[in-house]
Amino acid sequence: MLSRVADSLYWMSRYLERAEHTTRLLDVNLNLMLDESPISAERRWQRVLQALGKPKNVEWTGEPYALTQALTFDTENKASILSCIIAARENSRHVREQISTEQWHRLNSLYLQVTRPEIQTQSEALVQGMTQPSEFLQSVMEAVHQFQGVTDSTMNHGEGWQFIQVGRYIERACATALLLQAYHVDLWGHPERIVDGNEYLDWMGLLRSATAFEAYCKVYTADLTPDQIFEFLLLDEEFPHSVRFSIDSLQCALEKIQGDSGKARAETLRRLSGRLQSSLNYSSVDEILNQDVLGYLGGIQAQCRAIHETIYELYVDYSIQAALAG
Amino acid sequence: MHPTQSSQFEHASLKNYLLDHAYDEMFTGLGDLHRHCEPLLEHFSALPSEELQRRKQAADLSFLNQGITFTVYGREEGTEKIFPYDLIPRIITASEWATVEHGLTQRITALNLFLKDIYNEGRILDDGIVPREVVYSCKQYRRQMMGLQVPRNVYIAVCGTDLIRLENGEFVVLEDNLRVPSGVSYMLTNRRVMKRIFPQLFRSYNVRPIEQYTQLLLGTLRSLAPEGRPEPNIVLLSPGVFNSAYFEHAYLARQMGIELVEGRDLVTHDNVVYMRTTIGLRRVDVIYRRVDDDFIDPLAFRGDSILGVAGLFNAYRAGNVTLANAFGTGVADDKALYAYVPEIIKYYLSEDPVLKNVETYLLTKPKERQHVLQNLDKLVVKAVGESGGYGMLIGPQSTKAQQEEFARKIEADPRNYIAQPTISFSRAPCLIGDELQPRHVDLRPYVLYGDKVTIVPGGLTRVALNQGSLVVNSSQGGGSKDTWVLSQ
Repeated sequence: MLSRVADSLYWMSRYLERAEHTTRLLDVNLNLMLDESPISAERRWQRVLQALGKPKNVEWTGEPYALTQALTFDTENKASILSCIIAARENSRHVREQISTEQWHRLNSLYLQVTRPEIQTQSEALVQGMTQPSEFLQSVMEAVHQFQGVTDSTMNHGEGWQFIQVGRYIERACATALLLQAYHVDLWGHPERIVDGNEYLDWMGLLRSATAFEAYCKVYTADLTPDQIFEFLLLDEEFPHSVRFSIDSLQCALEKIQGDSGKARAETLRRLSGRLQSSLNYSSVDEILNQDVLGYLGGIQAQCRAIHETIYELYVDYSIQAALAG
Repeated sequence: MHPTQSSQFEHASLKNYLLDHAYDEMFTGLGDLHRHCEPLLEHFSALPSEELQRRKQAADLSFLNQGITFTVYGREEGTEKIFPYDLIPRIITASEWATVEHGLTQRITALNLFLKDIYNEGRILDDGIVPREVVYSCKQYRRQMMGLQVPRNVYIAVCGTDLIRLENGEFVVLEDNLRVPSGVSYMLTNRRVMKRIFPQLFRSYNVRPIEQYTQLLLGTLRSLAPEGRPEPNIVLLSPGVFNSAYFEHAYLARQMGIELVEGRDLVTHDNVVYMRTTIGLRRVDVIYRRVDDDFIDPLAFRGDSILGVAGLFNAYRAGNVTLANAFGTGVADDKALYAYVPEIIKYYLSEDPVLKNVETYLLTKPKERQHVLQNLDKLVVKAVGESGGYGMLIGPQSTKAQQEEFARKIEADPRNYIAQPTISFSRAPCLIGDELQPRHVDLRPYVLYGDKVTIVPGGLTRVALNQGSLVVNSSQGGGSKDTWVLSQ
């Protein structure tokens, strides 16, 4: 496969995952802010920004809908949902002949839906408090899910598909780690704090931000405790948004890609991703919570970045001389 | 004249269908239906107007969702438009097609021999059939190609010739496109949409299939691979996603199952071309290039090109990679050289041309220039190197100021322009609003030349959708319609 194609598929997938994550985070928080909450509005939305990696030039100004507008419709903001969808579609356009027609249709329809002129009107109405974004956010999430379904059922599960998996899961692992980091102070920062009813909503919000509420309840029942939430989102083996699941899936896709192109070349990459996978597979939640949790979560993100860079050195940006020599 | 006066079809949708002196693809000069159009009109007349609109919307939506769009240059970014599509198919009878096919085969064979000749011995120049200055002053002439052997002596592997019909119904050649002709994907997708929207009508006609085009193209490219490369790696080189024909590049690559590459995907080393893949470098044998000569190799041609591959031309000279089409084919579709094509056909094949040319004035000849300058309001003037409907003057539809501007340009650089009479080329019925109206159409069949010449029956019929307009280019308000060549 062409290196450029791998690059585009990887980013198409990452951008869509990012769009979906941002969408859900906004939807959940817009919904939860309607209820009384132990945390202030400011804290809530600062936390959202933190969970999104503090996008450039987006500030909390005291107005939830203005912030929502910036994170949803503002194409000046490269992290907004619209920007992510446009970037994903642009990447897919570069590899139009590599993805299935069904995939292209689904993604192109989403693009046309979010870039039609009425959307700008809706964006202005949102700032003025004249409209609710929830329908829009729902439709974006649905479209992304459909795209993933169509991808899995119409595209060859060959190298290109594996690069799509790599993009999705590396993005997801980072996003979940970042989400846990953002919630850290509120959930685990004060272990002595006494729980009242309002906290329950906040914890549920965290789970729902990772589509994890129902899945969590199936494992631990509706009995929410911060430690179990942490364990579930970080270390659950079967939940698709947990960090461990994401890294397992990433590792699996990377092995398939290496299988196609020779394992010896990929030595460094195998070491990096294997080490991260083992640390998640063989750690217990108590060990992690007893150490520097923020440092641990930051470490996961740093390792993801290193994996990303190594993937690029190996498959995309390699030097010609080295390739001719080898 | 009003066709319904003598026609058996009294339908409201035809009330504004006025005939003039242009050949009409549906009605004879007397206002009778051409026989092969009867079922067509019957079918369309029977459909309620709402149903017709519904199907038209379904077709438009299908194009938009498939991303079958082109980019309009010279405007704001984000001008991705769908290529307007007309629902009424254009029908060509078997005998009409036989003539077209024969004529095109003859023409491409002769033009290919011409290119081989001028880049080698230059017999036709020695014999004075084509003046040397016409060839050597052509911007598309590539002296780098002198003496270079191309595989199978095929310079023009892919060509799309623009044909129009004169008032008597005869097909003539308006333009040869021998560089990187586009539009074939529209031909293919038009057919697909048409079959889905009018299945019964399509079945009732015996339409010859065109879907085999991509396979034929692949076969053509494979037959041109360098010697000793039995399993050639064939790629399609595109300028990238911002090119107006990018959809087509992606479409063709996908349909052929070959890689779509951009300049940045290719590298050359020791005169061998490689593409960057995830498993390292892979050798490339045949490049179906959709990048113009000028931009293809910054070392050999334009140094400021970022679309090309440095060193590609040397690899080509060394015979390690085939390019289709070859470099320098543009000299044979130069609009001034066009005037000599009938002579070229006679010279190499000792045959009379089957398809005639449109009468053309060469502005380098003082007498012809004089005549043209005096009649700018009646003639069409075209810049020789331009395409896509850019850089032309349509005399009868131009202002005095535009004519004066062109007069100045012609005086300054007569070699750069030619003039032709304004031809009222044929018109075909189109669905405008909810009625049928005639619009001017041309026809671009696609010719492939590998181990032999192959033409899929049909081509792209382009329509000048604006009333009275003679410009069919997509960049200038043109659309297209499906073209049905009947098998009997």
